[in-house]
Amino acid sequence: MSETTTTQPRIIVDHVSKWFNKRSSRSFKDAIMNWVRRRPVRSQQFQALNDVTFTIEEGESVAVMGFNGSGKSTTLKLVSGVLEPDEGQVLTRGRVAGLIEVGAGFHPDLTGRENVFLNAAILGMSEKETRERFDEIVEFSEIGDFIDQEVKHYSSGMFMRLAFSVAIHVELDVLLVDEVLAVGDAPFRAKCNAKLKELAAQGVTMMVVSHSKAQVKALCSRGIVIRKGRVIFDGAIADALEVLES
Amino acid sequence: MTQIDYSAFNTPGRGRGVFDVFRYHYLLRLLIGKSTSLRYRNSVLGWFWSYVRPTVQFLVYYVVVGQIMGMHGRVENFPIYMFSGIVLINLFNEAFGSATRSIVENKALVRKIYMPRELFPIAAAVGSFVHFLPQLVILVLACVLLFGWIPSLASIGLIIAGLALALLFIFGIGLLFAALNVRYRDASNIVDIIRTVATWSSPILYTWAMVYEHTENVRWLFYLYMSNPITVAVEFFHQAFWAPLVSPEDRVGWPPQMAVHVWSAVAITAALLILGQLVFRRFERTFAQDL
Repeated sequence: MSETTTTQPRIIVDHVSKWFNKRSSRSFKDAIMNWVRRRPVRSQQFQALNDVTFTIEEGESVAVMGFNGSGKSTTLKLVSGVLEPDEGQVLTRGRVAGLIEVGAGFHPDLTGRENVFLNAAILGMSEKETRERFDEIVEFSEIGDFIDQEVKHYSSGMFMRLAFSVAIHVELDVLLVDEVLAVGDAPFRAKCNAKLKELAAQGVTMMVVSHSKAQVKALCSRGIVIRKGRVIFDGAIADALEVLES
Repeated sequence: MTQIDYSAFNTPGRGRGVFDVFRYHYLLRLLIGKSTSLRYRNSVLGWFWSYVRPTVQFLVYYVVVGQIMGMHGRVENFPIYMFSGIVLINLFNEAFGSATRSIVENKALVRKIYMPRELFPIAAAVGSFVHFLPQLVILVLACVLLFGWIPSLASIGLIIAGLALALLFIFGIGLLFAALNVRYRDASNIVDIIRTVATWSSPILYTWAMVYEHTENVRWLFYLYMSNPITVAVEFFHQAFWAPLVSPEDRVGWPPQMAVHVWSAVAITAALLILGQLVFRRFERTFAQDL
């Protein structure tokens, strides 16, 4: 490629390693007891990610796959900025927002309306943007008149629908999707997937963590397979799914 | 390879510390609004409690310290003297406590979505400040209606200066302990001790002159006592509210070398703000892991 290429990557993950501490002792008492019993006293390191490198180009939809505990959610959290890498660096370009466990910012004692504004602000929207999109958000969520009820009176489906609806209407360049699409009933799931595809078609870059093969296949063109903190495959989605199963 | 223009990229999770609070003022406003509107949710009397608690506290001190221990005889117009100090101590205790708990209480958010985490302790402290306002209103009304206090420009200046000093001090110490509390829950016990001591380490139930007498041979202790930013703020409040209401010969006046005390309080506040921010930045990197 020539240097004049105008498209720049959206996400760069460059030789990233991440360790977590496994604490052996939680207090002085524990520490002394462990020392007496000749068990490890200091915390031990557990490597969650090992030299992970990949680049996601503008407009790409990439699935990050792997078994439980392989490090895929950690990768997503590093990109969103919740965690920081111990080695290497993560860079993003543009507005990044995550569908990471939608509803984290929801408070049960606030009304649906208050929660929409609060959650939109948490995801980086301004007051004006939220006002402009408010009707759209409510319509998409199919909440209707319940919007002025306290969220604790919602059914779990309604709760998730509203949370998802807020997240998906955020103005963004990069969307991080963690396994949240087990949202609501089949028709709503289909609607969500359609909306995600629409966003992808508009050029939104997506990074998806999911166990659902069908969803990943429908949404993504490229797959990254992580096993025990290492990238073991990076390529076309069909091949990635095969690698994952082998 | 495409030439990558790194200037267009951000490192996720790196904010600009407290300065981000200004950039995220809309979110800050929502967080403060949330805490104030949720505070008395599901409570029948609601905001009424914000008036009841300080009133009861005031009556207890009035009877015990004023009547039984005889402070009424030693300090002219003791109720106003006491109340103008108590409101500040209440502000400190409440704001400091809620700022310390703020990160742990918002763990669902901190673990899942990135935003400048300084917002939480700041929002908690400002939320406590909002709840302090009714007490300030009572104090002002009592001074005006019962004693005919006419606020002078100097009084207003002292009130604002006292509040600014107290709030900045709370921000600094709140940031520090909010961050420590994530990894070491011991911090909340230390905070409880500090709050207990705070009630007695500023001249609200006695006067600075009494401390001065008792520290005749250890003058540095008096300097240390007076350089507490909350003590300085309390003295500002005394001069603003109480002093104009009593005759000049009954006034306690400024402690000797007040200017030195004020500057050391300002220096301590500034140092704590910087230390709090540095420690917060250091610990913030592992908030999501430690919660």
